[in-house]
Amino acid sequence: MPWDEGLVNSLVYDRPDPGEGRVMSYVGAINEALTIALDSDPSVLVLGQGVDDPSAMFGTTRGLQDRFGLRRVFDTPLSEEAMMGVSAGAAMNGMRPVYMHNRPDFVLLAFNQLVTHAPKFHFMDNGQTTVPMVVWAAIGRGWGSGAQHSQAIHGMLLGVPGLKIVMPSTPHDAKGLLLAAIMDNNPVCVFEHRWLMKKDGVVPERPYRVPIGKGICRRRGRDLTIVGASHAIELGAQAAALLASEGIEAEVIDLRTIKPLDESIVLESLHRTGRLLVVDTAWATGGVCAEVGCLAAEKGFRDLKAPVGRVGLPDAPAPAGFTLEQFYYPDAPRIAEAARGLMRA
Amino acid sequence: MADRPIRYRYAGKAAQGFQRFAASKPPEFLIGLYRSMLRIRRIEEAIERRYREDQMKTPIHLVIGQEGTAVGCCAALRHADLLYTSHRTHGGYLAKGGDLRAMLCEMHCRVNGCVGSRGGSMHLVDKRVGMAGTSAIVGGAVPIATGAALAAQMKGEDRVVVTLIGDATTEEGVTSESLNFAALRGLPIVFFCENNFYSVQSPLDVRQPPRSIRAWAESHGMAACTVDGVNVLAVREATSAAVARARAGEGPTFIEAEVYRFRAHGGAGDDSHTGYRAVAEREAWEAVCPIAIFGGYLTSAGLLGDAAVAEMEGRIADEIDEAFAFALASPYPTEADLLRHVYAE
Ligand SMILES: Cc1ncc(C[n+]2csc(CCOP(=O)(O)OP(=O)(O)O)c2C)c(N)n1
Repeated sequence: MPWDEGLVNSLVYDRPDPGEGRVMSYVGAINEALTIALDSDPSVLVLGQGVDDPSAMFGTTRGLQDRFGLRRVFDTPLSEEAMMGVSAGAAMNGMRPVYMHNRPDFVLLAFNQLVTHAPKFHFMDNGQTTVPMVVWAAIGRGWGSGAQHSQAIHGMLLGVPGLKIVMPSTPHDAKGLLLAAIMDNNPVCVFEHRWLMKKDGVVPERPYRVPIGKGICRRRGRDLTIVGASHAIELGAQAAALLASEGIEAEVIDLRTIKPLDESIVLESLHRTGRLLVVDTAWATGGVCAEVGCLAAEKGFRDLKAPVGRVGLPDAPAPAGFTLEQFYYPDAPRIAEAARGLMRA
Repeated sequence: MADRPIRYRYAGKAAQGFQRFAASKPPEFLIGLYRSMLRIRRIEEAIERRYREDQMKTPIHLVIGQEGTAVGCCAALRHADLLYTSHRTHGGYLAKGGDLRAMLCEMHCRVNGCVGSRGGSMHLVDKRVGMAGTSAIVGGAVPIATGAALAAQMKGEDRVVVTLIGDATTEEGVTSESLNFAALRGLPIVFFCENNFYSVQSPLDVRQPPRSIRAWAESHGMAACTVDGVNVLAVREATSAAVARARAGEGPTFIEAEVYRFRAHGGAGDDSHTGYRAVAEREAWEAVCPIAIFGGYLTSAGLLGDAAVAEMEGRIADEIDEAFAFALASPYPTEADLLRHVYAE
């Protein structure tokens, strides 16, 4: 199946049709997306440290090298900046690399290529070159990961023009957004929270894409809007369930893509509820919380019945010890508490 | 599943390699090296055994099999010399004289851990003995150590800096950049590379072309040598020569020592059965265990008897038991500890 027919004509849809698809794991959905992409387009490459080792990048790359060969699915030297640049250079010359990282912190070594090179060429050469590459990273807290193995880098990247950033929250979206990212003609970062890897969900078997730049409403509610992406949606939904038992109806908006931001879905919801709580697995300072909060101040000011609330990480590096971790990471009760505060305001 | 072929064989002289170095050394010194290696082994085994009890909520990277390098290397250092390591910290920390109780408290996430439960196993530091810093980012500590050597040189201090790195660390651009700068400025630093042939589960020959790491290092314009990493005396001798050169203002040295880790990259137990390396390969290296072959040599030279070993084992076991009990009885941090030390006063 050639790429341009198979995937260009593939469905673009928000959620699986009821009745279509099977229950599968988040990891399985990513594996399926990579398989479809490798199968349908010979220019797709999958590379990264350990993509062919027994742990197979959480299982997402399991079997790919056996099926598609060592030339298209390969382990790399421990050279993040070089391999990021190699991916960009290959992308600029007809390939579609998917460069995978098992921790976000390792992407930081490659910021020179990811920030200063890959998203700039198309602009700098007046549109002559495209850089269709995917930078995939498993993000979020692990177990005792500490300050150097769990950094939430998506906030830092929000200010980089030319990059797109998607953060799926379900197996369905993990497959559809990854395929959309691979097809996109720009560098796209796909950040998958480690805690989602073991989740199951309904995933259609055929190729489909979830549109980049479009959010989705996960829960309807009239009293306040909880906005987030990725694992924050799970926390937000848990908080919404707690609040519902107290008679507070929270709407939950899943951004899916944090850059470019789906402004209208946030503003439309805010217009109806009048209250906005932004939840993120990153620092509250200068990231999704800050950006969405600013959007409300700028374009939704008249709808606000209460100050914007944000729940993210405190302005401190992540500690490694589990007691300190409990104080550090927000959970559903803390989100619910912030929501109650907005209701009182 | 059939075992893989053996990729990496021991190339040294095993017990035959000691005579050359031992002749001129006082027996207490030799026995001290043996005790130091044995102590690290027993501590690592105790950690490994108790790890399954889930009291140590921290990702560990054991040095079982690699005791000869840490001990031989640190035996060539003075108290005032500084050691920087990567994620694999336990050997360097203990060999440099780091406090065992503080280490185990850290591993148990206690407030009196050597870094207050902020770092865990990958961040063991004891500045009182020159265990100066670590990084969980491969290559991260290499320029830091180089900077420490620059400071020592500029301040005219009689201090040498050593950084323990792995084979994969030489693939990071920053390692090349640091070697270049150290050679350029003739800095008092020793880059000590423990080549254990694997980066997590990726073998050396899928990451580097067939040329020696020593030759690569030498091309940066510094003295470089290889040494048998299972021979604690050879390691000590090579490090002493490098340290003497650094102290004399003759610049940096790179040492490559071939060693083998008997356990998985991380966590408790071995993972050779998953198929990334041959079980027979590990067994062949276990047959040249740095502790067993040195013990055998000392025994045959009449320097070590069964009674002495039994007494040594007894003392070590008591020390370990006491330190674990101390750690388990120590308090956890509280929420008030979380935001301390984000900024210096
Ligand atoms: C920049 C970076 N990339 C990837 C990793 C993940 N990682 C942790 S340890 C390790 C292997 C490093 O191998 P080596 O330097 O040879 O040391 P060893 O573990 O063998 O002691 C890798 C890839 C990391 N910590 N930092």
